[in-house]
Order: sequence, then structure tokens, then C-alpha cells
Amino acid sequence: MAAVNPVGLYQPGHSVIHRLPAGVKLAGLAAAVAGLLLLDDLRALAAVGGAVLVLYAVARVPARVAAAQLRPLVWFALLLLGVQVLLTDWPHALAVVSRLLLAVALAALVTLTTRVSAMLDALLVLLRPLARLGVRVDRVGLVLALTIRGVPVIAGILGTVREAHQARGVSGRPWQLLVPVLVRVLRHADALGEALVARGADDD
Amino acid sequence: MIEVEGVSHRLGEHLALAGVTVAFTEHRVGVIGANGSGKSTFARLLNGLVVPDTGRVLVDGLSTSKDGREIRRKVGFVFTDPDAQIVLPTVGEDVSFGLRRAGLPRTEVAERVRDVLARHGLGGFEDRPAHLLSGGEKQLLALCAVLVTEPATLVCDEPTTLLDLRNARRIAATLAALPQRLVLVTHDLDRLADFDRVLVFDGGRLVADDRPAPAVAAYLDLLR
Repeated sequence: MAAVNPVGLYQPGHSVIHRLPAGVKLAGLAAAVAGLLLLDDLRALAAVGGAVLVLYAVARVPARVAAAQLRPLVWFALLLLGVQVLLTDWPHALAVVSRLLLAVALAALVTLTTRVSAMLDALLVLLRPLARLGVRVDRVGLVLALTIRGVPVIAGILGTVREAHQARGVSGRPWQLLVPVLVRVLRHADALGEALVARGADDD
Repeated sequence: MIEVEGVSHRLGEHLALAGVTVAFTEHRVGVIGANGSGKSTFARLLNGLVVPDTGRVLVDGLSTSKDGREIRRKVGFVFTDPDAQIVLPTVGEDVSFGLRRAGLPRTEVAERVRDVLARHGLGGFEDRPAHLLSGGEKQLLALCAVLVTEPATLVCDEPTTLLDLRNARRIAATLAALPQRLVLVTHDLDRLADFDRVLVFDGGRLVADDRPAPAVAAYLDLLR
């Protein structure tokens, strides 16, 4: 299996869910989250939880990858549960937290099974009406793609500069990284702009 | 044919090229010179990335200052740092970038991407995140992303400078096997032995234009 992409999170696969058009998945996600907001009954939420597990199984997402999607939320969910218990009661608090976790799990499933390019294509379809107002919709998509691509590049630059500082015995002062990182990021932006022109991105 | 006629160009206060005139039809052309000699600026002239302050550059009769779009379809460009050339998150997405922008059908795009990756040792890499590739694989990806658009000429600006010996050899072998016309800017003089012609730049001027052996000798003379 290919390595997990920490930026796009896409998990390559050929399941039915992978093959669904991105627009269908996004519309389904929107409908499911809207439906979740209307659910208060814990048994119904448990049933939805079971359905989400089935969807993850159908998509053949490994359990550790699925768990990793919710792990960052654990502390927030516990805090939310505590606050809700204090303000309301246990059943309502559990329902609120369950809705949140299920919505995030469904959104993560869409991300895990959809290529960034397919997601951007779907987004561009949604933005298409803005073209009548003079918005360059394709440029919006390109900017989003470049932003996603830029995350690991900037992380790499930060790592290089931090290592250079450590090698020279300078450490523990994050603000000292700011200027060299900024200079390198600007240089990268210049080079990227040149590459985009070379690849015909500026030809229409 | 590529014709560079009386080209001068400044980068800020620095005169990067001074009165350069050269024309070539050869299949393999090397460009050498010290850092700051003007060879990278010269390379950038050839697909319109740099439009000269004075003089003109023609590719098959088209002017880079007027016909940039057509020329960029004919002349692909590979940069030194592949990280700056890779614009989309995964290998397949990045290689398909130019084809998708050209409006090709999805099935044709997928087929051409699969084919170019397979031909250059990246078969099955379509879904790999680009930033997790090795340096050599990234440069191959950058190369594939240009080759998939089928340019007649490929200009490469020091494509092996950032690579280790193994990856540099891999890229050099790939370039050597390409059917396209190749203009290669390089510091690796040994790679130029089989080339048809080598241009030597110094201080923004074209100071030698010859077969590889005498051109390289002229360059080494400059360094003494």
C-alpha cells in the first residue's frame, strides 16, 4: 500500500466509495451532517455509528488510519462532554459529542477516499456560477492546489532552517527562524511562479 | 531551429547576457559556464521564461516575445530544483496538470500519465505523495510532467545538481535516451562527450561554440 499522504490524506483504493464522484460524496456528506444535527436519540446515533463503521469497512480504510482521524478530537470531545453534562444531562451530552464525532468521521472518510484533484474539480463546479462575475474559477482551483502542495514544502524549509540553526549551536528561539524561513519561502514562491509559467499555467 | 539574435538582458543592475547571437538545429546542445556566467538566463530565453531587453529569440520562426504560448508547447523546461516544479500533491495529479489544463479527455489524460511514468521508471507511482519521493524520483517526476505534453525540445537547467551520484546518473541516462532535442545546462562536463555542440558562457557573453572537446577545453582555459 502507498504511504499515507499527510497533506491530502488520500488512501489509494478501488472500493465503491473511492469510485463515487467527488461531488456525490460531498453532497452526501452535507446531507448526512445536516441529518445528524436533527438526531437526538442515542439509539439512532448508535445506528448511524454502525453505518459509518460499515462505510469505513467498505472503503477498506485500515483501523489505525480511521482511528487517527478522530484522535486529535479526543480531548476536545471530553471537554465538550463535561461542559454539556454540567449544562444539560448525560443523554443530551452524549448525543452532542456523538454527532460531532460522526460528522468528523464522515468528513474524514470523504477525504480518505477522494483525490485532491477530484475534490478541487467538484469545488470548481460549485464555484462555476462565479465565472459570470468575472472570477477565474480555474485560478481559484490552482491556488487551492498550490496551497495544499505548499504545506510539505514549507514544512521542509522549516526543518532545514531549524537544523542549520542547531548545527551552529543556536536553538530554543523559534523567532530566530522567522526571517530565514520567510526568505526561503519567498524564493520558493519565485521559483514556483517561474515553473508555472514554464508549464503553461499562464497561457490563457 | 532555435535562433538567438543580438540578445542582451539585465537582471536588475547585473548584465546577465550581452550581445549573444547563436542559432542551432542540433539534437544535443550543451551549455556550460561558471556560476553567474549567464547560462541559466540563456536557457530561460529558449521557452520565453525570459524575454530579452534587446534582440530576439525565435523557435521554429516563432518569437518568444509574441508567441510565448505556442513556444512553451514546443519547448519544455526542467529546473534544477524539482520541488519548485511540482505543483500538485500526488505524482499522477502533477503529471496530469498540463494535460488537464489543455482540456484533454480524462481517459486520454490517465493513459498518457500512466504511459510516461512507466517509461521513466515511475510506473505505479500515480497515487504516491510527491513530497515523499526521493530527490531522484522527484526530478524524474518533474521530467515526466514536462515530457507528457510531448514537447519537441527540452531545456534542462542543471537537472542533476541537487542529486547524489546514483540519481544524477539515472537522470542523465534518462535524458540521453530521449528522442527530443535537448539543451542541457550543466556543470558535469563528462556528460557532454556525446553532444553535438557545446556553448560556453562567461560574463554574459558566448565565448566559445564548438564540438564538446574543444568547447570544454576553452572553458577549462577560462578557469585557469
